[in-house]
Amino acid sequence: MTDISPPQKATPPLLLFWREFRRNRVAAVALGLTVLLVFVAVFAPLIAPQDPYDLGALSLMDARRPPGFTGSGGYTHILGTDPQGRDLLSAILYGLRISIEIGIMAGAIALAIGATLGVVAAYLGGWVESLIMRIVDLQLSFPAILLALVLSALLGQGKAQLVTALVAAQYAYFARTAYGAATSERRKDYIEAALATPLHARRVVFKHLLPNCAPPLIVVATVQIASSISLEATLSFLGLGLPVTEPSLGMLISNGFPYMMSGRYWISVYPGVMLILLIMAINIVGDQIRDQLNPRLRR
Amino acid sequence: MLGFIIQRAIQAVAVMAVMSVIVFVGVYAIGNPVDIVIPPDATQAMREEAIRRLGLDLPLWEQYGIFAWNLLHGDFGRSFVYNVPVLELIGGRLPATLELVLISILFAAVTGVALGVYAGVKPDSWLSKAIMGLSILGFSVPSFWVGLILILTFAVSLGWLPAGGRGDTVTVFGIPWSFLTLDGLSHIVLPAINLALFKLAMMIRLARAGTREVMLSDTVKFARAAGIPEGVILRRHVLKLISIPLITVFGLELGSTLAFAVVTETIFSWPGVGKLIIDSIGVLDRPVMVAYLVLIAFLFVMINFTVDLVFALIDPRIRSGRQGA
Repeated sequence: MTDISPPQKATPPLLLFWREFRRNRVAAVALGLTVLLVFVAVFAPLIAPQDPYDLGALSLMDARRPPGFTGSGGYTHILGTDPQGRDLLSAILYGLRISIEIGIMAGAIALAIGATLGVVAAYLGGWVESLIMRIVDLQLSFPAILLALVLSALLGQGKAQLVTALVAAQYAYFARTAYGAATSERRKDYIEAALATPLHARRVVFKHLLPNCAPPLIVVATVQIASSISLEATLSFLGLGLPVTEPSLGMLISNGFPYMMSGRYWISVYPGVMLILLIMAINIVGDQIRDQLNPRLRR
Repeated sequence: MLGFIIQRAIQAVAVMAVMSVIVFVGVYAIGNPVDIVIPPDATQAMREEAIRRLGLDLPLWEQYGIFAWNLLHGDFGRSFVYNVPVLELIGGRLPATLELVLISILFAAVTGVALGVYAGVKPDSWLSKAIMGLSILGFSVPSFWVGLILILTFAVSLGWLPAGGRGDTVTVFGIPWSFLTLDGLSHIVLPAINLALFKLAMMIRLARAGTREVMLSDTVKFARAAGIPEGVILRRHVLKLISIPLITVFGLELGSTLAFAVVTETIFSWPGVGKLIIDSIGVLDRPVMVAYLVLIAFLFVMINFTVDLVFALIDPRIRSGRQGA
């Protein structure tokens, strides 16, 4: 970083951030992959050769065919077909869509709840602080997978239930992070100054304190989205996640599991490869953002 | 110190009480267990008789009262499906789970520390980079997927190891164990590796970070100056210095390994407690679910309580800090 000459014009910080990000080739590729996967997930209905949810279009004659088989639909199943005769590539694209949707939804709600709780605890202090942080710490001592497992078992199947279970299992990480950042920001002069003005305390907390806690929260958010996706897949694999009619990636893997023993590997393996690509890409991007935001690693 | 113990004990009891209410109410809210206990062609009278026998006609708080009272007397009720006391059912499955968990934790600790120390001593060798790559993989790849790949590779393609079950067992003290027979051992290899992988990744990271730090310390510098061979330095000094954080994490992770066993047991059809709970959720066997959750909650509360006490014993600041707050 010593070779950078003082800039003539002020460069937008986001651009600087991106330039530094780009320098790490692996992270840049991972970001590209993440964007690509989100893109194909969003436009899955246009890209996929078949609508995998249209049960009328499925034929059991086409079930469990290996990759490269040309089915009754008249086109080639590049990745083969699943036990219901779905084109596996289409099912994977739609599954990816559900996995990403669930991951982002759970991550965003957990972020909103967790960050609010953490910042409010840090600002108010006293018994509110001890109550909130005690509960959060208690929850962090249980593994997230166990909480999600128990909750989705108690709540039953369905998208809303699943997101609720994931949020309940993960909000504590955001609360801890926001609390840690907010307690150190809280002591700084600009917050004291803002509080000395007639501004409403709520405004100070949400317009000044919260935005300054954003960097660590962004890092946790990327990691937690990846972990929501992984948790969702695990729950679906165990048969506790989404209903069978709209299979996510985890459900596809689970559907193919019984056929693996007889060598029909593709039904489980390809959705799994997609799942791992997604999770690893998000994690690598998150790692790079964390390294860039960490002042201790800056020279 | 006594005050601290009492305070923590009261907190632990309170947490247990709250957990038992949450679990009981939560489990009560799902499904109607009567439907699975009695045949669909039963008469209305038979139905009501079954509801009365199971105590499902009482108000919720009264059911909880009976449940909590029985719980305190060590009675977790009878399974709706198997019609045996739940404690007996779980107790019968427990050895299989414990066997699996202990073997994989041991494997993770021994291998993880060895690989981590190596990666810490020679951070630039290609093998260290491969080890660290493995640990990243262990962190981000979902464990059920690893289990599938293990089965696909070693059971289906190569045919070296069995894909599921416990295999032959030997009965010692009235309890069947798999790891004492060759066949049982071959059955435990894949699930143990699967369950160990996440802990292994963590142990590698911790051991590597600790080793790199200790290798730069004066202890190692002076030991080298004294002419002690490198291997002896590693075994006698480095290993001892990095072991404290490792042991702490090891203890804390014992509980989460038990939780992860649910996934591994399901994949490898390992007849342990985790498989039992997944099957029970599937058929809404309420007493089994409640008992499992209460026992797991109890286990975690006990682990946290112990960790708090041990830390307070080691570090007096925690005691005084809590009293001040």
